[in-house]
Amino acid sequence: MADKTKAEGMLAELKKGPYPSFIRDIELAAETNKMAQDLIGLLELSYQEKLCHWKHGGIVGVMGYGGGVIGRYCDVPEEFPNVSHFHTMRVNQPAAWFYKTDALRSICDIWERRGSSIFNMHGSTGDMVFLGTTTPELEPTFDEITKLGFDLGGSGSVLRTPSCCVGPARCEWAMYDTLKVAYEQTMAYQDELHRPYFPYKFKFKFAGCPNDCVASIARSDMSFIGTWRDDIRIDQEKVRWYAKDMNLDISDVVVDRCPTKCMSWNGKELKIDNRNCTRCMHCINVMHLALKPGMDRGCSILLGAKAPILEGAQLSSVLVPFMKMEPPFAEDEVTYEDLPDLIDAIWELWGEEGKNRERVGELIQRIGMGNFLDAIGLDPQPEMVAHPRTNPYVFYDLGGDDDEEEE
Amino acid sequence: MADAPTIEELAEAMYKMVKDAAGKKQYKAMDIQKAMKQLYPGTVDKKMCKESIKILINSGRLVYTYFGGSFIELPHTEAAANPDKAE
Ligand code: SF4
Ligand code: SF4
Repeated sequence: MADKTKAEGMLAELKKGPYPSFIRDIELAAETNKMAQDLIGLLELSYQEKLCHWKHGGIVGVMGYGGGVIGRYCDVPEEFPNVSHFHTMRVNQPAAWFYKTDALRSICDIWERRGSSIFNMHGSTGDMVFLGTTTPELEPTFDEITKLGFDLGGSGSVLRTPSCCVGPARCEWAMYDTLKVAYEQTMAYQDELHRPYFPYKFKFKFAGCPNDCVASIARSDMSFIGTWRDDIRIDQEKVRWYAKDMNLDISDVVVDRCPTKCMSWNGKELKIDNRNCTRCMHCINVMHLALKPGMDRGCSILLGAKAPILEGAQLSSVLVPFMKMEPPFAEDEVTYEDLPDLIDAIWELWGEEGKNRERVGELIQRIGMGNFLDAIGLDPQPEMVAHPRTNPYVFYDLGGDDDEEEE
Repeated sequence: MADAPTIEELAEAMYKMVKDAAGKKQYKAMDIQKAMKQLYPGTVDKKMCKESIKILINSGRLVYTYFGGSFIELPHTEAAANPDKAE
């Protein structure tokens, strides 16, 4: 009888080469877990037949929750009884994926007993993805992970598990505390995370700076990207050091690649016209010892990104150019304290007007940004215009001679 | 303006709506909220609807389902399901 713990046939190809192989990982799991053994068999069958043998279930879950479990059944249960059910559980990851090793060990122990012992660390939304268990094991698994302090994440038409970059925990560019904000928003919207009330999914992602390591601009409906309002701090000594000691061609590598052409370098001094800087981080990334972001920090909020599902992919666009994230807050500025009202207004409108499976970005496209802003009570602002420098509808006062302008 | 329904009365109205449509139409939470606002004009809000849905789901009388989007339905065995191994 064939050794069920070994992948042969076409799957063997996926073990070749020096690279990590998920097949080798499943083989390891198969040494002690029958689900993993049948998973190898089922996968081989799928490769041979070029057919998916999974059926998507839509009902299984844990009591009270409408998300966090994705039902999966195989369509050849007689042949592979141990993966007859192979449900996925999404578990809310800690902010920025920091774990204590004993927590990881405990989680692994639970999943070895109650599931296939196979994880995906982490899914694209950010959750820990527990791959493969049976319907009767769902509630006991949920009980055990909640006792450890974990909870299920989001799936379906809910607020998906918020995620954030590593932020100030390890990164000097963090313009706000992404971990704190991700945690606070997760806790504030537990109901929206577990009980579907939206037309479709909604994602928050928190990036500490415009480098956007969590790809929030592409992968979340509402992106929070750290930025600053004042000037880039320049250490001219260090700039010259880059040019001389590091042989950095500042004109070519930094100045010419500034997207708004707001920099100049005369071989001795670097100048930045901060009014025209879009805070893209390029120059700072290249000369990080010489240039630092300003100290008046906060985040920009963007709305509407999504991957292609019903309509094509789109990036999010600016909704709030600058939100101050940490006190002291001035009376006339947009601050973190205004965030709940903004989120409520967006969800209220989208809930009322959104069609089934319509993402908020698609709603904006359908009704128009002007109407959308009007409905949620925000004024249009120049920062919301894509490519303002080349947009023929945007007029600038370039500060030239009045007489000349009239001619 | 008519009297506001209690949370339990609202839950009953929701249950009836879902039960009557079973097998014919699937409702999302927001569809149910909109219908309840029409049924009890000016007396029902989102918070009440959420609470009523919670009662129905937590008691197991209704369940969340996912078929492309999330719906609220009567508990039933789905077509894709294989029998529980525990049974
Ligand atoms: S997005 Fe910015 S702050 Fe966050 S980890 Fe990346 S570089 Fe650091
Ligand atoms: S941050 Fe970007 S836009 Fe601003 S000066 Fe540097 S390269 Fe130019």
